Amino acid sequence: MTADLRTYLAHVELPNPVLTASGCGGTGRELAHFSDVHRLGAFVTRSITMAPRAGRPTPRMAETPSGLLNAVGLQGPGVDGFLERELPWLVERGARTVVSIGGGTVTEYTALARRLAGADGITAVEINLSCPNVEDRGRVFARDGSAAAEVVASVRAATPYEVPVIAKLSPDVADIVAVARACVDGGADALAMINNPVGMSIDVDTMRPALAAGTGGLSGPAVRPLAVRCVWQVHAALPGVPIVGMGGVTTGRDALELVLAGACAVAVGTALFHDPYACPRVLRELEELLQERGFDRLADAVGLAHRPAGAQPRPRTDLEESSL
Amino acid sequence: MAGSPVQVTGTVLTTRRVDAYHALTVVAPGIADRFRPGHFVTVAVGGRDSSMLTRRAFAVHDVKPDYGGTVELVFGVRGAGTAWLADRKARDTLDLVGPLGRPFPLPRDPCTCVLVGDEHGSASLFALGDALQQRGCRVDFVLGAPSADRVFGALRARRMGETTTLTTEDGSLGMRGTVTDVLPGVIADARADAVYACGPMATLRGVTAVAAQFGIPVQVAVEESMACGIGVCMTCVVPVIGDDGVTRMVRACTEGPVFRGERVRFDDVGTIPFDALGAPGGRHA
Ligand SMILES: Cc1cc2nc3c(=O)[nH]c(=O)nc-3n(C[C@H](O)[C@H](O)[C@H](O)COP(=O)(O)OP(=O)(O)OC[C@H]3O[C@@H](n4cnc5c(N)ncnc54)[C@H](O)[C@@H]3O)c2cc1C
Ligand SMILES: Cc1cc2nc3c(=O)[nH]c(=O)nc-3n(C[C@H](O)[C@H](O)[C@H](O)COP(=O)(O)O)c2cc1C
Ligand code: FES
Repeated sequence: MTADLRTYLAHVELPNPVLTASGCGGTGRELAHFSDVHRLGAFVTRSITMAPRAGRPTPRMAETPSGLLNAVGLQGPGVDGFLERELPWLVERGARTVVSIGGGTVTEYTALARRLAGADGITAVEINLSCPNVEDRGRVFARDGSAAAEVVASVRAATPYEVPVIAKLSPDVADIVAVARACVDGGADALAMINNPVGMSIDVDTMRPALAAGTGGLSGPAVRPLAVRCVWQVHAALPGVPIVGMGGVTTGRDALELVLAGACAVAVGTALFHDPYACPRVLRELEELLQERGFDRLADAVGLAHRPAGAQPRPRTDLEESSL
Repeated sequence: MAGSPVQVTGTVLTTRRVDAYHALTVVAPGIADRFRPGHFVTVAVGGRDSSMLTRRAFAVHDVKPDYGGTVELVFGVRGAGTAWLADRKARDTLDLVGPLGRPFPLPRDPCTCVLVGDEHGSASLFALGDALQQRGCRVDFVLGAPSADRVFGALRARRMGETTTLTTEDGSLGMRGTVTDVLPGVIADARADAVYACGPMATLRGVTAVAAQFGIPVQVAVEESMACGIGVCMTCVVPVIGDDGVTRMVRACTEGPVFRGERVRFDDVGTIPFDALGAPGGRHA
């Protein structure tokens, strides 16, 4: 028997829990050379901005032990280019599309949400809160619960009610639960975590920072324990809120770890750079692991690591075979 | 792109040393079939539980029909990834993705082409030379490096090329100097119609300037740090002027690595030119 892998982002059903991470799947076309985008739980776009952006200078990447530092700087076509050239292709291919948005002010996020509200084929909107707030001397929204909540509330208000709004959190905060709670109070239907913690690497030969931008976002297996901790804490505090977990997922085991911590879906980012087939592979491996452990449904494994020590995994609920 | 790239777990057929370089021949049918000169492949390094997350990019030096199709890579040891690759033995397996990138465009009619290779950049010129000769083109080589042991492919160039000019910065082989120093003479003598070049950015900039003096087209294959090689990460961008005259930060792995030399803003590599599309405070349409 195959396990039931369906999952829900608020009321929206996804056929499986494996998504691409924002900024790691290109426009979708590049991955389509390797596997069908419509088989993903959902395709998450790079963070779309109002105007086209050229991004940061190169070098934009540096490899670190089991990690990758990047400073791409949200290079992209702007929302008009996205709606004209990128979204239609995803819709035509039948991909469930989560559109990530990034802005420098609450007004910009709101304007983006309004532009997207007129477009067909958007499964959910994800708010990348790890963008510098130009009205707060560049402090990123995700570091400040009230600024984050303000963005979430205005995007939620501008987005059609049937489209869930996901707030994407940064691990670079003193209290991630406080920011998560603020976002949910602001109207977020789901949460995604973690975005890249900020890191840095110095080339000891040139004796200069390895990235042109100086600092960059760290991703890959190096950050997985951080992701597991964040998902764990937020799920413990807000057990009813769907969480998309990410950070260093390269195998089904990694995905299961985040699910057990409380994620109902997982996103794969940096692993795609190494293995363009990573998403279908992670899904297959996750399904096998669930079956080996006797789960009929993914949902039964979500947050299971929170049960008291010594307690058995939850009994299976099999309503169809009930005699009642 | 000539067909889609594929991922192949291939067996290493042979390994050899060529002066300062290592050459690996790998059985990779899906890649060899689709190969065109200028394509590159990416290789996973460090084994299954490697802490090296990014694949390493290498030009394809040669493809052969043996065993359903093989590809040969030529590389110098630079850091941990290439050091690991240099330790591979026959019958080991390697995980390759390819062919990647936009290959060299070929002239429609027979003409005279100068092929310029600096250090390991020479590796991708021989398949190109073959393809050009099959179209009836005359091919002249200019190969260079800092020292004799790092000039790759001199013998093969001498066999294939109408002329071959070698340069080393220390004078240990051929003329003392760089490929750009001798290029004007070679172009003039051969009455060349086009130039193809592979090598470090600074060399490509110099070669492009020379070709511009002669008013002949130049195709360059750039090398920019790549995290994915397949177009999804946006780390490999270079400022390139489009057909519409607008500069964009374009991906070397998918829109390149081959570009028309005069379209690449070499002086601005490593920056975001203020007039690039989407530059901070710059143009937005
Ligand atoms: C399209 C393309 C074709 C190439 N063809 C060849 C070839 O035929 N022969 C050859 O010897 N080398 C070639 N290179 C360069 C080769 O990819 C690097 O030498 C190699 O990645 C270094 O890896 P490392 O682990 O030994 O070095 P490290 O310096 O430890 O690498 C660390 C990181 O930096 C990246 N990196 C370092 N140097 C380069 C570079 N010059 N270009 C791109 N990424 C780099 C690596 O991919 C890795 O992610 C090519 C590069 C590109 C982009
Ligand atoms: C090259 C690169 C670009 C990214 N771009 C974005 C982005 O545009 N928006 C965003 O919310 N997150 C972005 N991220 C963060 C990822 O979506 C993800 O949260 C993070 O990398 C952790 O997952 P991973 O370890 O699987 O990559 C990017 C990450 C990388 C490596
Ligand atoms: S290397 Fe990732 S987009 Fe070019």
